[in-house]
Amino acid sequence: MTSAISASLPMSADLPARTQRAPNPPSLNRGIPRWQDALFEKTTLFFALFVLGSLLAILIALSIAAVPAMQKFGLGFFVTDVWNPVTKNFGALAPIYGTLVTSAIALLIGVPVSFGIAIFLTEMCPTVLKRPLGTAVELLAAIPSIIYGMWGLFVFAPIFGEYIQPALTKVFGDLWILGPLFQGAPNGIGVLSAGFILAIMVIPFIASVMRDVFEIVPPVLKESAYGIGCTTWEVVWNVVLPYTRVGVIGGIMLGLGRALGETMAVTFVIGNAYRISASLFAPGNSIASALANEFNEASDPVHSAALIMLGLVLFLLTFIVLACSRLLLMQLAKGEGRKT
Amino acid sequence: MSAPMTNLYRRRLFVNRFNLVMSLGTMAFGMGFLLWILSILAFRGFESLSPTLFTQTTPPPGSAGGLANAIFGSMVIVGVATFISTPIGILAGIYLAEFGKAGWIARATRFINDILLSAPSIVIGLFIYTVYVAKVEHFSGWAGSFALALIAIPVVVRTTENMLQLVPSSLREAAVALGAPMWKVILMVTLKAVRGGVITGILLAVARISGETAPLLFTALNNQFWNSNMDAPMANLPVVIFQFALSPFQEWQDLAWAAALLITVTVLIINILARSVFRQAQVR
Repeated sequence: MTSAISASLPMSADLPARTQRAPNPPSLNRGIPRWQDALFEKTTLFFALFVLGSLLAILIALSIAAVPAMQKFGLGFFVTDVWNPVTKNFGALAPIYGTLVTSAIALLIGVPVSFGIAIFLTEMCPTVLKRPLGTAVELLAAIPSIIYGMWGLFVFAPIFGEYIQPALTKVFGDLWILGPLFQGAPNGIGVLSAGFILAIMVIPFIASVMRDVFEIVPPVLKESAYGIGCTTWEVVWNVVLPYTRVGVIGGIMLGLGRALGETMAVTFVIGNAYRISASLFAPGNSIASALANEFNEASDPVHSAALIMLGLVLFLLTFIVLACSRLLLMQLAKGEGRKT
Repeated sequence: MSAPMTNLYRRRLFVNRFNLVMSLGTMAFGMGFLLWILSILAFRGFESLSPTLFTQTTPPPGSAGGLANAIFGSMVIVGVATFISTPIGILAGIYLAEFGKAGWIARATRFINDILLSAPSIVIGLFIYTVYVAKVEHFSGWAGSFALALIAIPVVVRTTENMLQLVPSSLREAAVALGAPMWKVILMVTLKAVRGGVITGILLAVARISGETAPLLFTALNNQFWNSNMDAPMANLPVVIFQFALSPFQEWQDLAWAAALLITVTVLIINILARSVFRQAQVR
């Protein structure tokens, strides 16, 4: 029986070796061609390494392509606020500033809203509605970013400029530090509108992480809090939130990572101006929108190297933020494993 | 004694009610924007929807036309990207779940994969530009597919691994006990048991890349004419939307809205389909 199977195998050519090993007790695996398994494992390993390697490849390829810009501008690239393709003088301060400010606005609006949605979905929502409403929130993330851009430019920006920006100027415009942020021509497009649309785009990501981590809170913890007479809000604020703090921060970082790299929606509404203005109503530029607008028109090698350098900065920035997010979420998952 | 207690109690109730109403408000806020965007899209898109969309190619400025070349190009680019990313993603997922487990290679790959899942897509486009487009010196449909495949792979890897981990070890052990080699166990027993979940992952990946614009800007670019040659610039819906929406021509803007409606409806349908496939697989 064994020999019949092994005779059909390509490996059985080395018969003498087999006869020498004959005294050994017959192994259960004798009939199974092990090289197939080894080959299969190596193939899957190869593709796993492919995924691992693609990140390194991105870093290396972009670094090499950015060399001309690094040589020409050095570290000054990051602190210079000029972007002039004619004189071939480039500095990244304005787009980096735009990326950070729009993402900050997105988090400032997006985090409280996501928190509210997560509370609603875990604590208040009737069970029948949980799934449809949860899906609806996730569909907000499925809408392609360019659709947000079109909607933002043609529908949202005019309304924002007509009603909301003047109202903001009226309420905040005279405050002594915040005031200048909310002054200026209310034309709808600019840093603030870009940040607001980003907020709507990151809400589904933050909200679904928050919902997922809220749901791992052991019911017995919540029940004992309810048992001593806590209100729903007190349970959420004093029991659920402290228990899931690490995961909530991880979710916020995930949203931040998304907001930093978001391209098309921002490109439509940010106004595309290399300028750092005191006012949030003024047009600006983010790293991603600068790339989307200019890269194909950049004919000069220094210009495209400068843009690739911007892309590298963006990649490193999101890498750090997303890595922190993963580490935090993993920490929560590990703690979860220990407690249960 | 009882008066201050009642005040405290009232305040607590008020805070509770106020915050829960705010929470309800945030939910309404989110849903409001979803409905607002979808209704605008339906309204503007249906206005410019016509049969010629599917029969004529994208027009020069100032004249009527359709989107036939862009629809075809999008389908080809996304199709090829799916074809490339599916085997790579599934095999890498198999390694993580079946072989690598808690080893350092598997843990590192899992970590990097989760980061790639949210990496900015424009940087992926930039990467393909520097390693492929700049080398062959022309934009092409292939480059677009490579960029989209790179975005789709992490999605497939993630879902495949998660699904395989749900398979009870008794199923694997039973197959091994019958004398099947590991590769047969994995491909014909384990993977088959979670077929629904893996298909969900592929569908989600397709939905994700169908609407991606940024990575195609520097890779597939656009083409005003009908083109079925993957080695040349290829028209595709997202880039057509980008170029037409920002143009001053009314005909182009109308076409952009129609294209936006087509893409969003497709993406939402695939998304909902993926969820129902997943639910059915779980029920079974």
